[in-house]
Amino acid sequence: MSTTAKKPGFLAERANYLDERVGVAGILKEFGRKVFPDHWSFMLGEVALYSFVVLLLSGTFLTFFFQPAQTFVHYDGVFGPLKGAEMSVAYASTLDISFEVRGGLLMRQVHHWSALLFVAAAGLHMLRVFFTGAFRKPREINWVVGVMLFVLGMAGGFTGYSLPDDLLSGNGLRIIDGMIKGVPIAGSYISSLLFGGEFPGEAIVARLYGLHILLIPALILVFIVIHLFMVVIHKHTHYSGPGRKDTNVVGYPLMPVYVAKAGGFFFIVFGVIMLIAATITINPVWNYGSYDPSPVSAGTQPDWYIGWADGALRLAPTGIETEWFGYTWSWNILLPIIVLLVFLVLVAVYPFVEKWVTGDEREHHVLDRPRNAPTRTAIGAAGTVFYAVLWAGAGTDLIATNFYLSLNQVLTTMQILLIVGPIIAFIVTKRVCLSLQRKDQAIVLHGRETGRVIRLPHGEYVEVHEPLDKFEMYKLVDFVDYKPTLARPNAEGKITVGARVRAAFSRFYFEDRVAPVTAGELAAAHAHGHHDEIEAPKAAKKAPAAAKKAPAAAKKAPAKKPAAKKAAPKKK
Amino acid sequence: MSNQGKAVAKAGAEHVYDAGLAVIPADAIKDPGMEPHRVRMTDKSQKHEKAAVRQVAALFLLSFLGSAFSIYAYFAFPITDDLGSVRANTLFLGLGITLGLMGIGIGAVHWAKTLMPDAEVSEERHQARSSEAARAAAIEIIKTADQESGFTRRKLIRRSLYTALAAFPIPAVFFFADLGKDQTDNLRHTMWKKGTRLVKDPTGTPIKASDVTIGSVFHVIPEGLTELEHHKLEEKAKAAVLLVRLDPSELKEDADKKSWSYDGIVAYSKICTHVGCPVALYEQHTHHLLCPCHQSTFDVTEHCKVVFGPASRPLPQLPIAVDAEGYLVAQSDFNEPVGPSFWERKN
Amino acid sequence: MAFMKRTGGRNKLAAVMVIAAGLMVSGGGYAVATTVAQPATSAAYTQAQVEEGEKLFLANCASCHGKNAEGGEAAPSLIGVGAASVDFQVGTGRMPGQASGPQMFKKAVQFTDEQIDALAAYVASLAPGPAVPTDAMVATNGDTTRGGELFRINCAMCHNAVGAGGALTQGKFAPSLTGVSEKHIYEAMVTGPQNMPVFNDANLTPQDKKDIISYLKFVQNNPSVGGYELANLGPVVEGLFAWIFALGGIVAITIWLGAKSN
Repeated sequence: MSTTAKKPGFLAERANYLDERVGVAGILKEFGRKVFPDHWSFMLGEVALYSFVVLLLSGTFLTFFFQPAQTFVHYDGVFGPLKGAEMSVAYASTLDISFEVRGGLLMRQVHHWSALLFVAAAGLHMLRVFFTGAFRKPREINWVVGVMLFVLGMAGGFTGYSLPDDLLSGNGLRIIDGMIKGVPIAGSYISSLLFGGEFPGEAIVARLYGLHILLIPALILVFIVIHLFMVVIHKHTHYSGPGRKDTNVVGYPLMPVYVAKAGGFFFIVFGVIMLIAATITINPVWNYGSYDPSPVSAGTQPDWYIGWADGALRLAPTGIETEWFGYTWSWNILLPIIVLLVFLVLVAVYPFVEKWVTGDEREHHVLDRPRNAPTRTAIGAAGTVFYAVLWAGAGTDLIATNFYLSLNQVLTTMQILLIVGPIIAFIVTKRVCLSLQRKDQAIVLHGRETGRVIRLPHGEYVEVHEPLDKFEMYKLVDFVDYKPTLARPNAEGKITVGARVRAAFSRFYFEDRVAPVTAGELAAAHAHGHHDEIEAPKAAKKAPAAAKKAPAAAKKAPAKKPAAKKAAPKKK
Repeated sequence: MSNQGKAVAKAGAEHVYDAGLAVIPADAIKDPGMEPHRVRMTDKSQKHEKAAVRQVAALFLLSFLGSAFSIYAYFAFPITDDLGSVRANTLFLGLGITLGLMGIGIGAVHWAKTLMPDAEVSEERHQARSSEAARAAAIEIIKTADQESGFTRRKLIRRSLYTALAAFPIPAVFFFADLGKDQTDNLRHTMWKKGTRLVKDPTGTPIKASDVTIGSVFHVIPEGLTELEHHKLEEKAKAAVLLVRLDPSELKEDADKKSWSYDGIVAYSKICTHVGCPVALYEQHTHHLLCPCHQSTFDVTEHCKVVFGPASRPLPQLPIAVDAEGYLVAQSDFNEPVGPSFWERKN
Repeated sequence: MAFMKRTGGRNKLAAVMVIAAGLMVSGGGYAVATTVAQPATSAAYTQAQVEEGEKLFLANCASCHGKNAEGGEAAPSLIGVGAASVDFQVGTGRMPGQASGPQMFKKAVQFTDEQIDALAAYVASLAPGPAVPTDAMVATNGDTTRGGELFRINCAMCHNAVGAGGALTQGKFAPSLTGVSEKHIYEAMVTGPQNMPVFNDANLTPQDKKDIISYLKFVQNNPSVGGYELANLGPVVEGLFAWIFALGGIVAITIWLGAKSN
């Protein structure tokens, strides 16, 4: 108060000026105190956003010096081992940015590191959104927008990777050309269109440059605006906890706390990128030489976000190309492409699938703890493992050399892991989630183990359990619980195929479930615990029996126990 | 006051959705409400508050120093012909800017965490779905617009509009046809023809058969490629060849291809039949050729058949012979398209 | 041939003839063919060195390579491989090998320089082969641009663009060239150790080899202008760094940012 009283003129004058011209007061009134929940995992999307801002800044600097032409020149710069070498203008100008512009190399490294970080942060943000169920209604569309952004991030990255026209990027384009040529019917024609004739041609760098600096960033920007606009409309989700409901949002007001935190965070992200760019080499193009279709370097790999595509190409089985109807079907290329596309589509449509199964039309703004949605978490883990194996597949040669393994065995192992890994991940994750849920249940009912063992007057040893306070307890019981449905006839009395499939899905999702502890169960457990407080361990052992006594639990416990038992022998 | 009233009115209009398979227990444990606020040291003690103020200011000043240093570094570490100068320039410029950025960032966050209010507040949230009144009004607008324009009523206009809209982007598609001419025929031919000498890449020196000793590998291009004015890389991308000599007894040659080698010397396309990387890793004892991109492995002793990896077809063999002067020459072009598969490959 | 006479006793020469004939007949003419185009340059080794070398050979090498270096099941013949091969294999510690496997590893050198010379003298005395290069042949004042181009075309596919090494099939690998001496690089090129192809003087002329060595040494002696190099292993390592250190570091900061101040 004292500061505003001291100089009212300064702030008021400017505010007045702006308000009279753009009505800024109304905007501020609407958004100035908007509440944002505070949690570290909510900052991941911001990391991606800020990396993108850094990309725009550093990229603009680079456009002032980069020349996207593939005509040949003889290098006449300072880097000794390329002096006099014949190279494209694009490559020469990249070298000049690196060696002759003050801060040029720094900006190149800032640009490249922030590109890697942009996609990585977006990926981690997607994982957070997935595993907490933040994609549920009303955010399904925003999830799809996010998937689009991830794909656009890959596209932006790849087009940028290809610009310097060095040996590494040229071989990357070579692979893209090979993949395109493998596309049925139009493949060779599309390749001609893209490269302006035969590979490599003299057009591709300029074409990719147009996409890289204009079309793709514009699309990313548009999608980011849509993405953030929807965040404002929906308001941010928050984790379950006392006072957090689907009808409110708990956190700090935008002004001043969030402006300072998020604004400051931009500088931190930029600072981390700058620190890494100043100290760690990335893409030392001068080592690779100008693109020439004959040589190749060991360790020719794409940037990490294209790695899963490269891995998919490596993991395709031998000899699956076919000649049908006189035409060549390159399944060794098509199969990986199909796998990648199907994976992306599955990711994009997941929210709709889950909503169809649960039939839950309500809005969900309180996030799930991953353990409280065991099947979803297990699906996410399986998907993550699938992606990770493809990704690791792009590094088979480095894995082999660094761990002294056989390249062939590494690759074969990856092929097996690609199939087996997700299945194991699914089963293990689901069981771990259910166990954690049961642990939560036990903690709510009987309190936390203290590790303090006391001896009772009659000689028995018991461990003292410490009851939870009501806030802690609420965190453990506030989650949505679903139960499977049967296929029910529709209005015409028919059981449709859709209904059967949905019933099957609902069993798959919710057959094994642990319901949140209810007040009745809690009271029963306490009552039990009270009348023989000294027999605390017995109470713990009798937990299932005690739960059965509670009327609400009675119908649940038998339903889930046999299911769990059934599942166990099946695996063996 | 009015704001609150509005909120209540809106809340009253919240839509009740179907909960699907969700179980809604009648006796769920009650939400105890927000946790009590824990008071920070900076709120309790003047000393801590002052320290925090000083820390934030110090961080901002550090940022200023960092930025100033980066300007100094810009001039103090110029780029010369010495590569070390580039390294110094990058490093010190970057470190200065890092300090400039981190000082602001950490300072601002520290300010927010220690000196700005840290009690969480709750704000009401409303369904995305508009109020019933708004929805009715929107439907009314659409109906009126439809009525006034006759969009639904006038089928002729509507359908002709669809036709027009469907056709208008098509010219744009055609506009892209000139991006590049169809190269399908070019994919079938390379620079190699009868009598073209095999020369070393990149020097262009011709190779005598006697130069190619057992266990050695030559990276080969057709003679004349280095002098090409146009399409040098395009031709090289198809014509690059790998030349090795094996003990003739180790070669398992098909009868019809026996004449393609010369005294144990064989030449194979270096362009992978998978997606086109140069397959250049020759192991002289196993006689395997490995592609570094996707690990397809080819056996040189058996016409480069695929022994591992995603490739499906053997590397095309270049039939070679020796000319009067003892130099290696091609007998002809490759007998099949080189490089990655494409749709019309067999036609 | 004077060299041969000087070095060989009758029995040795006879053994060489017999083995060479045997190799030709049995289709193992590889060793000889390797040397066809190789000028049999020879450093002048003394008789004493050859005799000393033979003793060392019998004690340390013959169990695998045979008493007369004729080779065996576990090891190839050394007849005609030349002094350069011995100097490389023994001088980098690859030989004597510890165990047979897909690849012989570089390890601590087992012999003194004099002993290595003696072994080289002995093996060179068996049949002509590539000699150890002179200092002038491996000087690093060659043309680095040309060397770089030749390196990329002939070597980078296995050893990586700056010689960081790479994978081969079935557990074999092309080793990193960092820290390998000029002489050993040269010798590797002319002899083709293990699965490395041979680059004879018709393929890469002595000047080509010198240029390649000059390029490699330039790259190794000039640290990357961009800062720490991440072992020059390319985008995979860069990606891991971005995830673990860049994103990991930022996540650590977000945890600080989201934590309540006390």
